[in-house]
Amino acid sequence: MIAADLLSPGTGLIVYQAIGFLILLFLLGKFAWKPILASLKEREQSIEGALLAAEQAKKDMTKLQQANEQLLKDARAERDSLLKEAVATANSIKEEAKEETSKITAKMMEDARLAIENEKKAALAEVKTTVAELSLQITEKILRKELADKKAQESLVDEYIKELNLN
Amino acid sequence: MFGKPSKSYSKTLSINILAFFLLFLPVVSQAAPSGGGDKEEGATDFILHHVVDDYVWHFFDGHYGTIYLPVILYSQDRGLEVFSSHHFYGEHHELVAYNGYEIHDGHIAAVDHDRSITDLSITKNTAMLFVTMAVVLLLVLSAARHYKKNPNTAPKGVASFLEPIILYVRDEIAKPNIGKKYERFMPYLLTLFFFIWIGNILGLLPGAANLTGNIAVTFTLAVFTFIVTNVNGNKDYWKHVFATPGVPKPLLLIMVPVEFVGLFTKPFSLMVRLFVAITAGHIVILSLIGLVFIFQSHAAGVASTIMVTFINLIEILVATIQAYVFTLFSAMYIGAAVADHDHH
Repeated sequence: MIAADLLSPGTGLIVYQAIGFLILLFLLGKFAWKPILASLKEREQSIEGALLAAEQAKKDMTKLQQANEQLLKDARAERDSLLKEAVATANSIKEEAKEETSKITAKMMEDARLAIENEKKAALAEVKTTVAELSLQITEKILRKELADKKAQESLVDEYIKELNLN
Repeated sequence: MFGKPSKSYSKTLSINILAFFLLFLPVVSQAAPSGGGDKEEGATDFILHHVVDDYVWHFFDGHYGTIYLPVILYSQDRGLEVFSSHHFYGEHHELVAYNGYEIHDGHIAAVDHDRSITDLSITKNTAMLFVTMAVVLLLVLSAARHYKKNPNTAPKGVASFLEPIILYVRDEIAKPNIGKKYERFMPYLLTLFFFIWIGNILGLLPGAANLTGNIAVTFTLAVFTFIVTNVNGNKDYWKHVFATPGVPKPLLLIMVPVEFVGLFTKPFSLMVRLFVAITAGHIVILSLIGLVFIFQSHAAGVASTIMVTFINLIEILVATIQAYVFTLFSAMYIGAAVADHDHH
């Protein structure tokens, strides 16, 4: 019966199948599966690595951006403070200068006043002495003229005596 | 038949399979209606001729349509004998005895029944095996060339065709079923998958032999899975078989034999599943073609052609599914043998 033949395995085929499959397993294992699986694994790892690197780069970028922003903020703050300081310094310098100027002016005015006072005094003193000298000279001259003759001198003496008597 | 030892061996195996697969046999008996005319018998003969092994590879009738394959026999008294199977066929393609051998029930046997011989002939299926091997080698090695030449680039050509399948076997079959140790078994599983898949598909070609639907082939593949599984079985695996944890002592008397038989039923199911799925598919297609010769009408011809086309498409699906299933179950058996049973 041929149907039984369907279910009876042939020894030859078992032997050839076993040998053939082992050969296939060896050849494919060595020359195909090993490099293919290794390559697939490597590719997967490289893709994973690239993705991780990209993620890292993104993170780094964000960090860098944050750092930049911080830096900018700091710089801005510093600039502001510097400016403020500068303005303050300028103001103070101005104020100081003003004060100084007014002080100097005041002093100069005082000095001037004093000098004028002194000059005035000196001038007045000089005028007084000149006036005194002049009046002495005039008096001398007048006296010389008035008392040139004896009569006049005597009358004068008389007059003074009279005055004295009255006192 | 073969020699005495192999004869008794194949008998017991046949009986086992017959007992196990009564389901399948009705298909055969339906295909071979008893007591039919010559036409019917001729039709069923051609069906069975197509699905069983043979010593010739018949493509079409006529002088050049048949390849006579080499017969290789080994016997203790005569040693190795190699000759063409042409000698077994007479002028009208009838079977004749040659050199003390004859073809009996599809196998070469000695006319003198006391002589025991080992048949190592290149049969139709053996030739088909070589063709399948060549195709698988060509396909896979040409894909491998891409990976060697341009590592770390996107696949191209054959590689892009095979890569999804390789990844599928790795990610969907090996990784989930075997676990961490999957890498060691990848070459076996991939070879298994591609051999069965290509074998199944090539078997569907007109004139091709029914290689993966041959019980010897599925038997050998199942034995490989059996060996790989049990050689790699760890302590937990064997403990599970011979001293199932968490089972009361008296129950072990039942459990241990059941578990032990289970070691063999697993590959046995692998063997039978592939054999039946592929052979049944071939028989269905051939039965539908056979209808044309039985009814000899145009209507039957048209109907059978349409049916055969559909069944062929289904068979392409079955070819892939069976390759997947065989690989999947192999991975599961291996996985059970190498798994670390932390949960026990």
